[in-house]
Amino acid sequence: MTFPGILSIVIFLPAAAGVVLLGFPRRHREAASWFSLGVSCAVLVLSIHLFTRFDSGRSGMQFVEFIPWVSSLELGYRVGVDGFSLLLVLLTALLTPIVLVSSWKSIAVRVPMWNFLILIMETGMIGVFCALDTFLFYVFWEVILIPMYFIIGVWGGEKRVYAALKFFIFTMAGSLLMLVAILWLGWYASTLPGGRFTTDVTRLFEIARTLPHGAAVWLFWGFAIAFLIKVPSFPLHTWLPDAHVEAPTGGSVILAGILLKMGTYGLVRYNLQMFPALAVEWAPFFAILGIVGIVYGALVAMVQTDAKKLVAYSSVSHMGFVLLGIAAMTTEALQGAILQMVNHGLSTGALFLLVGMMYDRRHTRMIEDFGGLARVMPVFATVFLITALSSIGLPGLNGFVGEFLILLGSFRSPILGTPVYTAIAASGIVLSAVYMLWMYRRVFLGTVPSEAVGEMRDLDRRETGLLIPLVLLIVWIGIYPNTFLAKTSSFSRELTNTLISVRDSSVLRPSGVDSTNTNNP
Amino acid sequence: MHDILNDTIASAPLWAIVVTGVATLLVHAWDEKSDKPVFWIALAGIGVSAVLTIWRAPVAGTAYSGMLKTGGAASAWTLLFLVATLLTLFIAWDSLGKAAAPRGEFTILVLFAVAGMIPFSAGNDLLAVFIGLEILSVSLYTLVGLTRRRFASNEAALKYFLLGAFAGGFFLYGIAFLYGAAQTTNIEDIARRFAQSNFPVLFLTGSALLLVGLAFKTGAVPFHMWVPDVYQGAPTAVTTFLITGGKAAAFGAFVTVFTMTLGHASARFAVVIGVLALCSMVFGNIAAIPQTDIKRMLAYSSIGHAGYMLIGVQTASVEGAGGVAFYLLSYILTSTGAFGVVAAMENEQGEGTRIEDFAGLGYTKPLLGALLSLFLFSLIGIPPFSGFFAKYYIFLTAIEHGDLWLVLIGVATSVVSLYFYLRVMVVMFFRQPGENQPVPEAGAWTMIAVVLSAAGVIALGLFPGTVLDLITSVF
Repeated sequence: MTFPGILSIVIFLPAAAGVVLLGFPRRHREAASWFSLGVSCAVLVLSIHLFTRFDSGRSGMQFVEFIPWVSSLELGYRVGVDGFSLLLVLLTALLTPIVLVSSWKSIAVRVPMWNFLILIMETGMIGVFCALDTFLFYVFWEVILIPMYFIIGVWGGEKRVYAALKFFIFTMAGSLLMLVAILWLGWYASTLPGGRFTTDVTRLFEIARTLPHGAAVWLFWGFAIAFLIKVPSFPLHTWLPDAHVEAPTGGSVILAGILLKMGTYGLVRYNLQMFPALAVEWAPFFAILGIVGIVYGALVAMVQTDAKKLVAYSSVSHMGFVLLGIAAMTTEALQGAILQMVNHGLSTGALFLLVGMMYDRRHTRMIEDFGGLARVMPVFATVFLITALSSIGLPGLNGFVGEFLILLGSFRSPILGTPVYTAIAASGIVLSAVYMLWMYRRVFLGTVPSEAVGEMRDLDRRETGLLIPLVLLIVWIGIYPNTFLAKTSSFSRELTNTLISVRDSSVLRPSGVDSTNTNNP
Repeated sequence: MHDILNDTIASAPLWAIVVTGVATLLVHAWDEKSDKPVFWIALAGIGVSAVLTIWRAPVAGTAYSGMLKTGGAASAWTLLFLVATLLTLFIAWDSLGKAAAPRGEFTILVLFAVAGMIPFSAGNDLLAVFIGLEILSVSLYTLVGLTRRRFASNEAALKYFLLGAFAGGFFLYGIAFLYGAAQTTNIEDIARRFAQSNFPVLFLTGSALLLVGLAFKTGAVPFHMWVPDVYQGAPTAVTTFLITGGKAAAFGAFVTVFTMTLGHASARFAVVIGVLALCSMVFGNIAAIPQTDIKRMLAYSSIGHAGYMLIGVQTASVEGAGGVAFYLLSYILTSTGAFGVVAAMENEQGEGTRIEDFAGLGYTKPLLGALLSLFLFSLIGIPPFSGFFAKYYIFLTAIEHGDLWLVLIGVATSVVSLYFYLRVMVVMFFRQPGENQPVPEAGAWTMIAVVLSAAGVIALGLFPGTVLDLITSVF
């Protein structure tokens, strides 16, 4: 494979553009913004191209590239996508230009720096989803921390310093555990007969299955904790509301839309694919984390007075669904979880944008400061309603498809073995209707509380333009999800087959004891 | 005669530095205002020495009847010192010029310090190591007190001298014990007899005393008392030299004396050095948190970094030694960069190093602010900067050696270290500059040093392979 392949271009184009941006003369702020937008749109076009050229019939990784990096340690630049990562790459490529457009006016200071950070972050995010090397994965994973830290800290609200620090420390604590797990796993590969230290994910998939049970548990949790912090799963979620409330709108969109997905992506890619036996063993635990997240997030969202905080807590609830879908380990549930990751990126991303637009106009996000907006801003109210309904899971919109698949899959899951989880999770949908519609009523219906609210202007062309793609996709996935589900179906089927077969074999014998001989690479 | 010639050629890098040192001393004695020629001669001498080092690197051997190691690992250490010295000289030219401190004397003393570092780290005989240690230490004591009229500088020099002399005494006492036990001062012979010994009490005592002397120089807990005061009190250019060259020399000697030789003689050392590493990581990173002065904060953080490097030392393996050398290279580049920015921030009286003074630096001086952040991220160990790979490699060697506990402590303390490193960035980027805050002017030489360091930090972080292979190939 010649370098750079199309995937490498998608990964590194934003960062390269970011470096070019540093050389821009300070006077040309507009030019810097247009340049970044152009680059991110080019990345979007390229990833759509990737999406159409992706062969959903084939299993395994496609567009694979490999360059040796540190050959004495077998570290390599290994990238590739399967259907699962492809969707998330596409989501990232879609949200980045939208974020850039959305911050056109609201980010008034240090514009080039903002563009630079967003572009660097895009490279990091796409890189995380494409990396097929644990070392490379870790590098991309950490690269994201720095720009996000500055995004919250420089453009954030009043308690931004605290929020930025908390975000950084939580994530870093988790990822360093993951680093130890990565090192240990690589070293374990070198202790096998004829083995060498390796960070090649595809090889590690095989190698990890030969781990003795005791060591595997530690490694499993080394990865899992890092990802659960990022998801964020109850009780490791406390950094999220702070980060969201303090972050500027664009930062929140990226945080909710993509960064959280890195957590669930990691859970599937590493915990499920690398440690299937343990994943099956711990599935009920993850399912419990999921449903606790669903209910807890929804209940806390209900009592919020700050619209942005409400959306932030609704994220905890929605990501709980994804977690449940992953834990259920049936093809439907996994498909639903993957789709729900995309859905959440679209609808929550849109909700944060909309709340941000309210804030831009009134400089408050308190629900009580608004009322009767449906009359004042009819277009805005319509888009908000569609997004809110998508978030609730109204049939015909995207949220329904994802949540339905998750509920269906977890109901029948042989690994969870009981429909109790599904029953509790379903209550989350009701709760989400309560907090979303209640907020909608308070903000959009009723009387206009003050003259200032009455004078709020409706969406301008820029704002409408950036919401249109999101709304279109919300409806598209709601009506014809197969465009996207087809890409991931072979991935989901294969993974669930592995999980089920692992479960069946571990019913017969204690897990991981004598698999050493059968699976030796 | 023939031997002397061969030995001189083999140790040519050392001679180049000695000759340059003497030459600059003479030039400066002739004309007291000759700072500039002295500076240029020193740069030339360092360049010549570097070329000679690279030229001799493939031929590993010993010189002067087995007193000195030459080529191979010794070349790696020498190159580290030369890089550190070169960058320090750049920073010192501006920084000392601003403080009206004697630049000529500084340059001369730094050259003599390097002349001490080379035998200290590449000694094959404990006497050579000790002589190197003394040449290095005396130069450093003087350097710390370079700004005679500043009280802090005097205090630091006195403190360093008293404690350093004490530690030097321990070192010498250790040599005496080892000589008593092995009837030789040749390190490899000592290690061999040690390993064969049935009753190694004398060996153990002697080695433990050596360990005290070395741990003092590296600034490892519990021999770290001098570090914060000396690093803060010394002129910033001197601190840069201490934290880069000084640390490199100490670890060079540590690796030569322990990892490569005595470390193999007894497994007990691994535990002892491991505990030193643990204490240094925990104490250094926690004690850095409440600091309000950036020099003092970086001093405490350097104790923590000594801990990370000691993880590599205690594995007593080739990989560990290579890991330490790579870590040092990364640390030298990162620290000179960070101290270069600090030096630019200082005023004539050496003030302006409080973390508060950096408020809004990211906006008043975007380049300096961005570069300092880059160095701090590298110190935390975040990719794609060299500090990350250095830590990664050290942790990897420790895991291969079965020291997971040290890796876990290292990881935990890295999280702790986030707090004080990020705080500097909070001040630089998340706050506005104060009212009558001085806007720093970085001199051209400082900028060269800082930008070179930054380029090195990024290059080593993105493409560590070649350098790592080179370094590990010489041990």
